[in-house]
Amino acid sequence: MKYYISKVLTAFLLLCLLIISIVPFYLVMVNSTYDSVKIVTQLNLLPGLSGWKNYKALQQHTNIWLGFRNSLLITAPFVLLSGYFGALTAFGFAKYEFKAKRILFSIVLASLMLPTQLSIIGFYFLNLKLGLINTFWPFIIPGIANASAVFFLHGMIQQSVPDSMMEAARMEGCTEFRIFNQIVMPCIIPGIATISIFNFVSSWNNYMGPLIILSEAKKFTMPILIATIKGVYLSNYGAMYMAIFISIIPIILIYSVLSRYIIHGLTIGAEK
Amino acid sequence: MKQLTGENKRNIWGYVFIAPFFITFIIFNLYPIFYTFQLSLQRWDGFHQAQSVGSANWKRLFQDETFLLTLCNTLRIWLVDFIPQLGTALFLAMIFTFGRIRGMGILRAIYYLPNLITAASIGLLFNLLLNGDKAPINQLLTGMHVPGAPFAFFKNGLLAQLIASYILWWMWFGYTTVIVMAGVTSIDPCLYEAAELDGATKAQTFLRITLPLIRPTMIYLTITSIIGGMQIFDVPSTLTNISGDPQKALLTSSMYVYNQGFKNNSFGYASALSVALFLLIAGFSFISLKTLKKRETTYQ
Repeated sequence: MKYYISKVLTAFLLLCLLIISIVPFYLVMVNSTYDSVKIVTQLNLLPGLSGWKNYKALQQHTNIWLGFRNSLLITAPFVLLSGYFGALTAFGFAKYEFKAKRILFSIVLASLMLPTQLSIIGFYFLNLKLGLINTFWPFIIPGIANASAVFFLHGMIQQSVPDSMMEAARMEGCTEFRIFNQIVMPCIIPGIATISIFNFVSSWNNYMGPLIILSEAKKFTMPILIATIKGVYLSNYGAMYMAIFISIIPIILIYSVLSRYIIHGLTIGAEK
Repeated sequence: MKQLTGENKRNIWGYVFIAPFFITFIIFNLYPIFYTFQLSLQRWDGFHQAQSVGSANWKRLFQDETFLLTLCNTLRIWLVDFIPQLGTALFLAMIFTFGRIRGMGILRAIYYLPNLITAASIGLLFNLLLNGDKAPINQLLTGMHVPGAPFAFFKNGLLAQLIASYILWWMWFGYTTVIVMAGVTSIDPCLYEAAELDGATKAQTFLRITLPLIRPTMIYLTITSIIGGMQIFDVPSTLTNISGDPQKALLTSSMYVYNQGFKNNSFGYASALSVALFLLIAGFSFISLKTLKKRETTYQ
């Protein structure tokens, strides 16, 4: 009897957490299909018919797809740079012996712990001096120095790239750079894919950086656009819900396909 | 001997391969930090010549009651988020690892989902869901006849802080669960078998075996959470349009830095605030590392 009570109680708690996790997203989805009057006068639990109207109203003052494009123009190159240079740096640390190796690698590890938001003032003036205000470069170039990618791929290269393979390539006259591009890279593609998912999410969700660097409305990324939307639409709740819905749907779609790899990637990072 | 020099030569490539990382790191990470430190001793509006003012910013900082308030806000929001988060994660990790729950993978994946969504969207989302008597959550609570509903969530400072903590808990408990589970599954199953043979209860097994052995995981979670928690910015600022109201209850230290710098153009003072926060984070991390590590030795 006691056994069953604890079973039922556990199931109930798990269900509560499940509802708590999903309900906000569900309410956003449902409310994005009602007009503002219905949103404030009744509780909507099933999808309505005003979705297209809300979308039209949203498009009148904000080009949400421009925000989408801007976010993509930042995120895609950032992810590629992080993957490639993360692997290159990790390779340099994993497969070569040099004097300052230990101290430099501990600098990489320590930089993972740096509270980056606290240097925003310096970051702003650096980009001002470089003439990069209102450009996407301040969010793309730092991909070359992505410490978490280095950390993640370092262990992977140590485990899955045998020295004998590199020796064989050297015998054939391969240069070190070619060894990296043609032998090491293909071996660690799964690892690069995993870390790329996380880099995608962190870059896509970056809010504070674009907030200080981008002031032209046509350069706004998705998070900035969403954050400003309350001031633009005031009481057009339908349009605002639609905006939130459009902003979260890509991540939810990607996640529904890749959730297994994402959860697995999380645990790999934690075990080290 | 010849081979040795060949290998030495080859190892130069190590430097070559890590060079792009360090050049970018110095320019985009280290320089902003040093520049912020330097600016913390100056007065500057961002346009005219910066003036060196010695420790004036720091004197102001120690008398700044708003800064103290933001620190208390930040700590309160963080603690009320983090402690329940660890509790939920430990509970879930236990039943997921030992309970053989059907659909565990899907449940865990859904619990983790909020962590991936843009904090800016989440701030606006909860603002729309909670703010106002006719907001969906209030309608839901009124419909369920919850006493006191509808609630004025954003009129009362304490309630607004609770909301912020709740949102952060909601965003992070799934992540924390995944990490704690990774720690729990790495424990040698033999230990549990031995405990069972010795007749230990489930609670005893949890307190005497699981908890001490996942201490490294707990240290990792605590320290990364302190670092992130002391910088809370996205959620409270999008929840309140960077104002931090009601009564500045949602004004966190990071938001205060932002406002001093980019709203008031007091870049010197904002930098001093940043440096102070930086030192506080380092201090808190160090203290929690020491205390958590010390406990470890008394256990053994």
